[in-house]
Amino acid sequence: HRVTVDVLDRLEQLALVDFRDAEGVQRLQKAIQFADQLHEVNTDGVEPMDSVLEDRCLYLREDDVTEGNCTKELLRNAREKVEEYFVAPPGNIPLPKLEERETFLQGS
Amino acid sequence: LAPWVPVVGLEIHAQISSNSKLFSGSQVQFAAPPNSLVSFFDASLPGTLPVLNRRCVEAAVMTGLALNCSINKKSLFDRKHYFYADLPAGYQITQQRVPIAVNGSLSYSLCIDNKMSQMVTKTVRIKQIQLEQDSGKSLHDDTRNQTLVDLNRAGVGLMEVVMEPDMCCGEEAAAAVRELQLILQTLGSSQAVMAEGQLRVDANVSVHHPGEPYGVRTEVKNINSLRFLAKAVDYEIQRQIEELENGGTILNETRAFDSRLGCTMPMRDKEGKQDYRFMPEPNLPPLILYDAKSLPANMNHQQVVNIDWIQDRLPDLPSVKRAKLVEQYGILPEHSFTLLNEDGLTEFFENVVKQTHMKPKKVIGWIIKDLLSYLKQHSLTVKESPVSPFLLADLLNLLEKKVISSTAAKQVLAELWKGEGKTPLEIVKEKNLELLQDQKELEQICQAVIDGQENEVIMVLLG
Repeated sequence: HRVTVDVLDRLEQLALVDFRDAEGVQRLQKAIQFADQLHEVNTDGVEPMDSVLEDRCLYLREDDVTEGNCTKELLRNAREKVEEYFVAPPGNIPLPKLEERETFLQGS
Repeated sequence: LAPWVPVVGLEIHAQISSNSKLFSGSQVQFAAPPNSLVSFFDASLPGTLPVLNRRCVEAAVMTGLALNCSINKKSLFDRKHYFYADLPAGYQITQQRVPIAVNGSLSYSLCIDNKMSQMVTKTVRIKQIQLEQDSGKSLHDDTRNQTLVDLNRAGVGLMEVVMEPDMCCGEEAAAAVRELQLILQTLGSSQAVMAEGQLRVDANVSVHHPGEPYGVRTEVKNINSLRFLAKAVDYEIQRQIEELENGGTILNETRAFDSRLGCTMPMRDKEGKQDYRFMPEPNLPPLILYDAKSLPANMNHQQVVNIDWIQDRLPDLPSVKRAKLVEQYGILPEHSFTLLNEDGLTEFFENVVKQTHMKPKKVIGWIIKDLLSYLKQHSLTVKESPVSPFLLADLLNLLEKKVISSTAAKQVLAELWKGEGKTPLEIVKEKNLELLQDQKELEQICQAVIDGQENEVIMVLLG
């Protein structure tokens, strides 16, 4: 399975990962091949496990107010603030179209 | 032209009524100073972990039971990824694979042709109910080209109720949501006040010709009231029909309802298909619920949510309350709907009934035709009524004892409405509204009338 340019573009948009150059793409390709080895395991009749915690008890907390009220501390992390609000750009800024990013594959 | 079949489904987010949030101990409260009800977890600072609030689980189980759902004794949490400034973690914890409740139903009633006397019952299937986090709030500042973010709401517990596309128009959608709202308020699992964002509705709308497959659906958001829900759905149905009849196509998109213009428009930031990259939430084991049979013997009861225990303590749902009112008081079904539809009206009615000899069947007319219409005219809630149950009962007793006629009673009520503190009897005396009871006096008056109208009397006697 080769990683196509379309898939790469999609991944970059969704995960905001920058594959930077052809070597980066190759590394991705190798990682996928490595993970594909999982398909060699016969899992017929075996329940999928999605966490080693699956047999643990999910702890339930009482409905009491125990946190919050730390506006100052939280805002210390903000690069920009207006009164006590965090400031963000007006909307999601879309990544430049693939054509404008094409140059990354040329470096090596 | 072939007929069109509109298809309407709903996704409803109800804020859970709890002291603290779904996965953290910060407070749940409407209108607090920005970012004052935010814990480190809510702000998604590294090293923080979700801890599930038991009250939120109970609220979801109660709601599932009230909506006739099967409660999943084992449900799972997942991450739904997307980028937005009011979602600091970059994902929302939800229940995508196995939600807490599935396969329920909700019955609601509609008036045919706006006549309350002709009510029809409809049912909508509930696909599922899932627990999930609310996001923070974004305030768009277009003048300075920025967004201000308040995370007070981030992490508040939500129940997402998914209704199957069994509805066909705005009226049905609004009626179904109204009934859900009453149920949630009765259970106390959510206060479900739309104006405060505690109940948010997204509508999925499509149209098709009978016998053909379903058409492409659009999602309509930004609906802030039941009235706007009906309008938005009906507008979107019309828009799609017109578009298709003009040879156009419907895009599978998200549209926002503009209440000012009364129309739907494509939403920005929602272009292109979203890929939420669902994955299991690695920090939370499965949520296990118990019933009387599966209850473990030696477990800390604070860690146990017992479905049967919750079922036994469910209050009477609106449909049951209505049936009881009809049975107990001999009123009509449509009256029971009106009583439950106005906050406090049932209590008012029952208080009046307790304090008067007048039959409930007659009292209800005064409550609905007179009291309620006054309240509506002056935009008052039942609680704000200048006429108390005691005063109204007092008035109705005068009517029952035939001290006054019903016409006079209406005049007295108009006076009582002014809230000047006078009793009904005082008003009757003041305005001389008492019915004449004296036989002799009545005869004298009748004789005087006859005497004064000789010609008419002769005509009557001649036939």
